[in-house]
Amino acid sequence: MSTTVSSSRPGKPQPGGPTAGAPSAAPATRPVSWKTPVLLTVFALVSLVFFGFLAPSQTASFGISTGEDFFQLPALEINAFAGGIVLSVLLVALAGYAVYLKIKNQPAPGWLAVTFIVIFVAAFLIWVVGGARTPAISLAGLIAGSVTLAVPLVFGSLSGVLCERVGVVNIAIEGQLLGGAFTAAIVASMTKNAIIGLLAAAIAGAVVSMVLALFSIKYLVNQIIVGVVLNVLVSGVTGFLFSTVMQTNKAQFNSPPGLDVIDIPVLSSIPIIGPILFRQSLVGYLMYVAVAVVWVGLFKTRWGLRVRAVGEHPQAADTLGINVNATRFWNVTLGGAVAGIGGSFFTLVAIDSFTKEISGGRGFIALAALIFGRWNPVGAFFAALLFGFADNLQSIVTIIGTPVPSQFMAMLPYLVTVLAVAGLVGKSRGPAASGIPYVKG
Amino acid sequence: MPDQPSPKHAKDDPRVEDTQHAASQDSPAAEDTAAVVAVDTAGGAMQPSAVPATAQSGQLPGGSGTVLRRIFTGSGIVSVLAVLLALIIGGLLIASTDKQVATTAGYFFARPTDMLAAVWNAATRSYIALFQGSVFNPRGNGLAAQFAPFMETLTIATPLITAGLGVALAFRAGLFNIGAQGQIIVAGILAAWVGFALHLPFGLHLLLVLVAGIVGGALWGGLAGLLKARTGAHEVIVTIMFNYIALYFLRYLLNTPAFQRPGESNPISPILDPSAVYPQILGSQYRLHLGFVLAIAATVLVWWLLNRSTVGFEFRAVGANPKAAQTAGINVSRSTILVMAIAGGLAGMSGVAQVAGTEKVLTDGVAATYGFDAITVALLGRSTPWGTFAAGLLFGAFRAGAVQMQIQTGTPIDIVLVVQSLIVLFIAAPPLVRAVFGLNPRRRKPARAARSRQAATTGGAA
Amino acid sequence: MAENVALGAEPTKAAGFLNLDQTRQRIKEISDQYGFDVDPDALVEDLPVGVQQRVEIIKALVRNARVLILDEPTAVLTPQETDELLDIMRQLKSRGTSIVFISHKLREVKAVSDTITVIRRGKVVGTADPAASTTELASMMVGRAVSLTLDKAPAQPRETTFEVRDLTVIAPNGQHVVDHLSFHIKRGEILAIAGVQGNGQTELTEAILGLQERVSGSIVLDGRELVGRSVKEVLQAGVGFVPEDRKVDGLVGTFSVAENLVLDLYDKPPFAKGISMSPAKIMENAKARIGEFDVRTPSAAAAAGTLSGGNQQKLVMARELSRPLRLFIASQPTRGVDVGSIEFLHRRIVAERDQGTPVMIISTELDEVMELADRIAVLYKGKLVGTVPAGTSRDVLGLMMAGIPPEEHAQTPQAGTPAATSNAEGADHA
Repeated sequence: MSTTVSSSRPGKPQPGGPTAGAPSAAPATRPVSWKTPVLLTVFALVSLVFFGFLAPSQTASFGISTGEDFFQLPALEINAFAGGIVLSVLLVALAGYAVYLKIKNQPAPGWLAVTFIVIFVAAFLIWVVGGARTPAISLAGLIAGSVTLAVPLVFGSLSGVLCERVGVVNIAIEGQLLGGAFTAAIVASMTKNAIIGLLAAAIAGAVVSMVLALFSIKYLVNQIIVGVVLNVLVSGVTGFLFSTVMQTNKAQFNSPPGLDVIDIPVLSSIPIIGPILFRQSLVGYLMYVAVAVVWVGLFKTRWGLRVRAVGEHPQAADTLGINVNATRFWNVTLGGAVAGIGGSFFTLVAIDSFTKEISGGRGFIALAALIFGRWNPVGAFFAALLFGFADNLQSIVTIIGTPVPSQFMAMLPYLVTVLAVAGLVGKSRGPAASGIPYVKG
Repeated sequence: MPDQPSPKHAKDDPRVEDTQHAASQDSPAAEDTAAVVAVDTAGGAMQPSAVPATAQSGQLPGGSGTVLRRIFTGSGIVSVLAVLLALIIGGLLIASTDKQVATTAGYFFARPTDMLAAVWNAATRSYIALFQGSVFNPRGNGLAAQFAPFMETLTIATPLITAGLGVALAFRAGLFNIGAQGQIIVAGILAAWVGFALHLPFGLHLLLVLVAGIVGGALWGGLAGLLKARTGAHEVIVTIMFNYIALYFLRYLLNTPAFQRPGESNPISPILDPSAVYPQILGSQYRLHLGFVLAIAATVLVWWLLNRSTVGFEFRAVGANPKAAQTAGINVSRSTILVMAIAGGLAGMSGVAQVAGTEKVLTDGVAATYGFDAITVALLGRSTPWGTFAAGLLFGAFRAGAVQMQIQTGTPIDIVLVVQSLIVLFIAAPPLVRAVFGLNPRRRKPARAARSRQAATTGGAA
Repeated sequence: MAENVALGAEPTKAAGFLNLDQTRQRIKEISDQYGFDVDPDALVEDLPVGVQQRVEIIKALVRNARVLILDEPTAVLTPQETDELLDIMRQLKSRGTSIVFISHKLREVKAVSDTITVIRRGKVVGTADPAASTTELASMMVGRAVSLTLDKAPAQPRETTFEVRDLTVIAPNGQHVVDHLSFHIKRGEILAIAGVQGNGQTELTEAILGLQERVSGSIVLDGRELVGRSVKEVLQAGVGFVPEDRKVDGLVGTFSVAENLVLDLYDKPPFAKGISMSPAKIMENAKARIGEFDVRTPSAAAAAGTLSGGNQQKLVMARELSRPLRLFIASQPTRGVDVGSIEFLHRRIVAERDQGTPVMIISTELDEVMELADRIAVLYKGKLVGTVPAGTSRDVLGLMMAGIPPEEHAQTPQAGTPAATSNAEGADHA
């Protein structure tokens, strides 16, 4: 057995370039960026002006219980103006605290941003509903619907986590979702079995991923190029087969049996939590399992340690006997399978047939969720929920009739992502070696 | 120097470069340059850090190749073979869904030739239709009509070329501009508004439409560049998000009184003034408009910018090695913002070509898929201006012909997406293409013989 | 640290879950056995480089390595730390571990090895006995006889034109990587900045060049303040700069030799008029520089990345010395350069001094520092430990590199003894 020790390779990857090796002479007064406090202040003021002072004086009503619950809770009635003012003041206070911390040169704690987002969303919601023609929505339905819409996003972003953690950028999430959706539809239709369709979707996603892995790892083609092109390729192939095969014989090839919602007795009747956790389709339950498994796997197992090492510092991993490219290949493939399952949601759960471009750009939102969630499975899960929420809110807003054009609601996930990559997640970073092919020597 | 100022310049036409090397084998200089050209083109001129040169040269047939092998493994032939391979796979896909093929496959073991013939027929029928729809239609009534498909190809190629140039230019500066789609949309919004809301004299009106479009695209692209330069936000993510933001913004506008055509419930704008649209340059029987001439001009301009100007020198230096560029006094942030603005402006020309050239109104489909196709165009063109121009023509032909193909043979247009993406994948992986066609050095006997002869002359440096 | 050590040979409990406690146990054992003093739970990035080096060795020992390969392990160590490492190597050897020690520092090689194998351009060119002389080994490495000493006339310093006062650079992580640094260089004088790698040298040069963001204090050249100016303005003020890593900072590998030779002059006449560049002028310039600096390149159009390390360095040097300079900074001017080119590069640096340019050399190679310098400043953790005349002994410099100023180790006989002539030869045996 032989081991290489080398000066140029300190075992642990070090953040930052030239200064990394410098011993810390002076006390490390890590400068805190102004970005977060400034951003929070701006949003707090926006909230104060629009959701507070300019709020309608209607009373917004939020239904909490659904008819199937154990016990009925009364709907939450909030005066839009008062609610807006109270929440906005809270936001201003939080922003002020962030500014105070900045002046004392301390970083804002994680809970601050999370609390801020939650309150901001609540203020926004009250404002939107308060200004609607029919100022009443079902909060339970809103949240449950958000979770449902988030399912493919969560799977997609988990695929991204698996790929990026091992050092391969996955822009092909969209293609993996679409490939999964198509395959699930056609296989489930032909076998009349939704479970087989689900498995086939996973395989289809894995196949798309294998092409990504093959070209980026073996042929060293830029990973972003392969990802972009794969999306086009999958869109072309599924579109072509949809027109030539599915359209000609819809009964045989495009009428998959759906995966029904499985109600877990008793538990599903708990208000709010019940429908979210215990009234899901098989794919929905798989989502919770997948998030937990990926998180535990990445951070608590040998496999995870190796994966992260390969994504952060492939040279170091290689010198310790880990096969970098094989690790990458199989992780990317696994990621594809996960996204494929997410794709099956479209054709087996949401709608009972395939149409062209059924994934509708959700792969890119999943990518955004991955970044917003800071490359962490749990973070990605909550980011996906947030985007699912925005998506759901958009359709509800159109129904209840509010002053906000639905297009701006639809824009929200994208705007939030731009803000996130530009400022909010400034401190976090992706795996160091992500996007860089590994070549020995 | 003027002939061969640098490998970067030489890259503009890899084919020419390769024959030069084939001719000047004995010069060691040529050898090194050849290696570099191959390195560069194989990497797709993308962020160089992502494709280390050492890694690339590792798969090259070696610095001391032979004349014969250089020709067969050179990037020129790889491009041709990549297109061929993509067409073959596309043909197989077409055949696989063909009824005749399915029937004959039923008795394949009894009469295999039947099925093979059916496969051949299915594929060629579609491709012939594609050709007739894009280049020359022999059934046309008179020469003008026979060449009408080619004019259509040029028309469709116009936005592909300018947007492709935008993507290619950003590539050269190491930036992945996925945002051509959004830049086209924003350009379309501004250009269309100037076109239908203002009423100005001929000439001036069109000029203002063009300027508005370019400025719109440049602002949208430059904003992405600004975010990248100031906050380090990754341009891939930002530009993807900007595409959607632009699209939803356009949808919103088309529902407002300022943009929606009066008395119309669909999201569509008023028609642009006649003074605001591109004149049809070859008469009214073709859709070909002034935008194509401007696309040629843009290609020349981008070539000059990249290869003969200090600005282009900065872009290329930043793209190839940002740290060295910075150390040499080049302002990397400024370059990033500037190149994204110019790229956006070029994509903006595509937006103008759409609203002032072919569509003459603004709808939410103004960008079609030109912005995304532009990425494949730039990749196929290896991020060189004339390569992008040629790739734009090819994909324009695919697009134009596909319509005819669908009408004649029922083959869905989507096949074009398949062929297009396969071409780009294959071109990016020359070793794969060579392996498929059995062109890898080890497998070719003549090459091996010639190689040992070469080894003798170069002292076995291989 | 435990995570790092565990990687690759991870002890696991059932079902692939990590068992880091076991690793911590092993680290403790080995650490006690060899007298390393390390904490298994420290974050590796917080440890001093010397200790990081030990972590690497522990990694190997945890796996019961029988063959240990050390690739240039001493580049980041002070001479004293190097001696400690060499001791550890001897200890390991006595316990039956075979060690392959790769180094370009002949002194260390001679000190620790049992047999020496010399490789040149990927081929073994011969083996030698540790008793062989330094000159012999050097000749084997180059393939011809080399002179290891530099003939250098004594410096004739003139007025001071370059002065750094109270310079502080704060890194993105908040560390003061350059800490209240003050020094000056006279015209016609070479000041060498010595120190172990990563003690603020990089940031110091970057600060002078305008590449660092958070800089305070002042840098004055010819009476003009350079702090706060852009790189372009600094270069225009007459600063020539050879960066420490030519492939990363000095060259664009895919650009031609000709283009690289104008990398910081591309927009100045005669190479450009307005924004239009003149390829002919650039090529003309390239031909002249290639001849003058003996850059071995197939042609001026060849990509710079294809050249050998020595020729790349000549290329960078040729570019930086091609215009009139008011200050010349060379960082690691001969790192990764063959011994033959070193001679040439050193002569050019001295020639630039003799023309009356203030010259600043940053080097982690003590031999190079002692050979070139007229005065030596030693950096430790971003602070100036002291400035000593050329000819100061290796021991004194070594202690200074560990942060101990000369006045605190007065027991060392040579401390502060001025010596007019360079004694690189003597230092080799010190």
